[in-house]
Amino acid sequence: MNKNNDVESIVIRIAGDSGDGIQLMGTQFAASTALSGSDFATFPDYPAEIRAPLGSTFGVSAYQINLGGGPITTAGDAPDVLVAFNPAALKVSLPLLHKGALIIVNSDGFTSRNMTKAGYDSDPRDDGSLNDYQVVSADITRLNMEAVKEFGLSKSDSSRCKNFWALGLLLWMFDREDTPVEEWIHRRLASKPTMRDANIMALKSGHAYGETAELSASISQLHLPVAEMPEGQYRSITGADALALGLATAGELADVPVMFCSYPITPASPLLHHLSRLGDMAVGTFQAEDEIAAICAAIGASYGGMIGVTSSSGPGIALKTEAMGLAVNVELPLVIVNWQRGGPSTGLPTKTEQSDLYQAVYGRNADTPIPVLAAATSGDCFYMAIVATRIALRHMTPVILLADGYLSNAAEPWKIPDIKTLEAIEHNPVPEGTKAQDAQRVAFARDSQSFGRPWVTPGMPGLMHRIGGLEKDINTGHISYDPANHQAMTDLRRQKVESVADYIPDQAIEFGPDSGDVVVVGWGSTYGPIYQAVRRTGASFVHLRYINPLPRNLQALLSRFDKVLIPEMNTGQLCTVLRDKLCLQAISFSKVSGQPFLISELVEKIESLQNGAEE
Amino acid sequence: MSEKLTAKDYTTSQEVRWCPGCGDYAILRAVTTALANAEASRENTAFVSGIGCASRFPYYVDTYGFHTIHGRAPAIATGLKLANPELDVWVVTGDGDGLSIGGNHLMHALRRNVGLKILLFNNEIYGLTKGQYSPTSRIGTRSPSSPSGSVDSPISPGEFVMGAGGHFFARAIDTDKVGLGGVLEQVQAFTGTAFVEIFQNCIVYNENVFEGFTDRKTATETQLHLKHGEPMLFGKDNSKGISFNAESFALQVIDATANPDEVLVHDEGNAVLARLLIELNVPMALGVIYRQPAQAYEDAFYTHHSSRMQRKKSVAEVIAGPSSWSVPGS
Repeated sequence: MNKNNDVESIVIRIAGDSGDGIQLMGTQFAASTALSGSDFATFPDYPAEIRAPLGSTFGVSAYQINLGGGPITTAGDAPDVLVAFNPAALKVSLPLLHKGALIIVNSDGFTSRNMTKAGYDSDPRDDGSLNDYQVVSADITRLNMEAVKEFGLSKSDSSRCKNFWALGLLLWMFDREDTPVEEWIHRRLASKPTMRDANIMALKSGHAYGETAELSASISQLHLPVAEMPEGQYRSITGADALALGLATAGELADVPVMFCSYPITPASPLLHHLSRLGDMAVGTFQAEDEIAAICAAIGASYGGMIGVTSSSGPGIALKTEAMGLAVNVELPLVIVNWQRGGPSTGLPTKTEQSDLYQAVYGRNADTPIPVLAAATSGDCFYMAIVATRIALRHMTPVILLADGYLSNAAEPWKIPDIKTLEAIEHNPVPEGTKAQDAQRVAFARDSQSFGRPWVTPGMPGLMHRIGGLEKDINTGHISYDPANHQAMTDLRRQKVESVADYIPDQAIEFGPDSGDVVVVGWGSTYGPIYQAVRRTGASFVHLRYINPLPRNLQALLSRFDKVLIPEMNTGQLCTVLRDKLCLQAISFSKVSGQPFLISELVEKIESLQNGAEE
Repeated sequence: MSEKLTAKDYTTSQEVRWCPGCGDYAILRAVTTALANAEASRENTAFVSGIGCASRFPYYVDTYGFHTIHGRAPAIATGLKLANPELDVWVVTGDGDGLSIGGNHLMHALRRNVGLKILLFNNEIYGLTKGQYSPTSRIGTRSPSSPSGSVDSPISPGEFVMGAGGHFFARAIDTDKVGLGGVLEQVQAFTGTAFVEIFQNCIVYNENVFEGFTDRKTATETQLHLKHGEPMLFGKDNSKGISFNAESFALQVIDATANPDEVLVHDEGNAVLARLLIELNVPMALGVIYRQPAQAYEDAFYTHHSSRMQRKKSVAEVIAGPSSWSVPGS
């Protein structure tokens, strides 16, 4: 790493035991990065276990952040700086690092026991395996213990402050004020004054340690440029936070309360947590007894006139499938969010994947079409939540919004929108002056363009009617087993979802020329790495937010390129969907490791296609 | 519209599709009569059901109605009640729908005490799927799926309700107009989860399974009609009574004429007594067995909600989060 330089961007990885407070430290570092004006992207990478066995390689929790002048759209391929709290953290992270990277090791963590646990036969600090790197040892554990000694805390409580000690050191390295973090500790630990003061002391001691010399021989302060971003007010945001705000905004734009019903599951739970704090915006949250109850309660809320929303991850979505069919059949609005994770079954709950596309597009019994959308970035989750709600209310249909574990947790700077400029969300009005005997018919009097029916809800006088999962007459809404009617209803359900394409924007080219050799097509959270890769290779980039139905111009747009490359964190599911819907023969670039794409691997793939490789 | 509505006004024009002679007809009549008697607002009443014979019920009641999916009616009804607590929400379910595939939702509706009026039609059999044994079928029930007799122990709806922390449990017989009517009146007045087990005779697949206590000829000797605050008497001229046997820790039948002081007085609020009454077989305890009012879930939900689901703030006021920064124009 360059010393004492003004660098364009830098990637930092903090790694330690899952109980070391790594995620907290990373989040606070990201918050301080935001305030300094740098662009950034984060990648929390943690195990499924809450407190995995100490010192184990599988228990390593890491937080990676890429920061600099931007545009930054990924958490970075290879870290320039690693903070390793123990040998396991070093062992797991080392293969990721740039040669020449700076490694700050907590030397107190390098006991022989910990080295054995990490699978080291000899001390990596002495045996030459770190020769290609710049290594700085600091006795973080001991120095932290000394710093907080005066508070008389237990050994374990004292040790818990060491993430703030290390954060203090990092803040010094980037010439940051520690005041915002100090204020955060004040707020967070207001009820525990001793822990509060000890953590603040640890933070200041780490900062002072950098300043007062001990390290200045090896490292010095880094100055990152302020990112060039459009004028406006910004905040740091994760996908879960953005999606929560988006749903609340959708409720405001529709002037209808939002009822969010869900069951805890990784990595979907943060949305429940965020929404449960938005009560003042007419948002209710209901923690159901299981996934099925969650979607059913959301359907019940929609039936009762609120915007019913449910959220889960793949396995939970599977459980909700039957109820989705009910919502389709009774033509009620519903938003279903899937935070995809690694699978199958329980799979890799804390790792990211986008392998539920088939499930979203095709995964139901019978002909049960549902619109499918996908959010591209953390900030985009805000807008796609509004789009999903708009479609659900206009067409009176459930809508699936795909996000993933990466987006749920990853933070990025986000330009705060002026929600007053957003278009209101409408639903089909209930006709006035209807006679009671026509109520059943009125409830299913659909709009001729969107096929959405009026949202007649219990409590409305004179419109008592019955709905249900049995097939119903296309006009009267009464139960019907008539063969021709079932055909007509099946066609209607298909046309309804196809009609969504009449209301969505034409597909645009995200980046690059509008015709040529290679176009890279992405969807979901691969946006960041693809964006960087196409910038470096001169390929074009098309990113899909609308997957079912596809934008009407997509086929024509893609036909202007010789090769269509689709990188996906699955085995090629969008490739299949595009082959199915557009008869398009695309080239799949598949990665299913639970880790996001690296820019470098995408660049390599694109370049090989540009150089004439055939698939 | 000042004219008083009759049971007929609560009935839809839909052709009823239950087998001729099914106990469901009597229940439908009793429910529409109870709605008329209570002058229930039709637009503020909703019937939600799952799947099964019983679950066809909403199609025949001229209120709002939602025929949902197997076992999930309590969950859907919970969402509906949360969205609009002003509604009277009824759940109609059966022994398979409520206690087998939907047992989990039923349990959680009960423990939350959601303001639902749950009618479980118990006929101890799967009717709509043509006669397989159900979770309330007695051991040895012969059915297409258990030709040599079922081997699983049945669940008792009453014990289920008490175990789940329910606050209202009653029992009635489908064709007992007075008994069922009386229970439904109590159900309408209750604010939490009111749960009624209705013994319903499936004439096709499980006929007369409850004959032991429903037969009118022997009813005085086999039925105990409970009234809060009154001694538990039955039999010809109320000659028999229920007392507590401290040795067996169970209820027993005694000669009420000889030992009038030992006859227990029914106390709906006593959970221990309710459990003992639920276990009693002869006579069969009918009427409101347990009632212990408590705050309904939707009431707690709105009381604890920061804005009672009203729009107190615009998202614009909170969208900036805990800290934000400004990027100036260049």
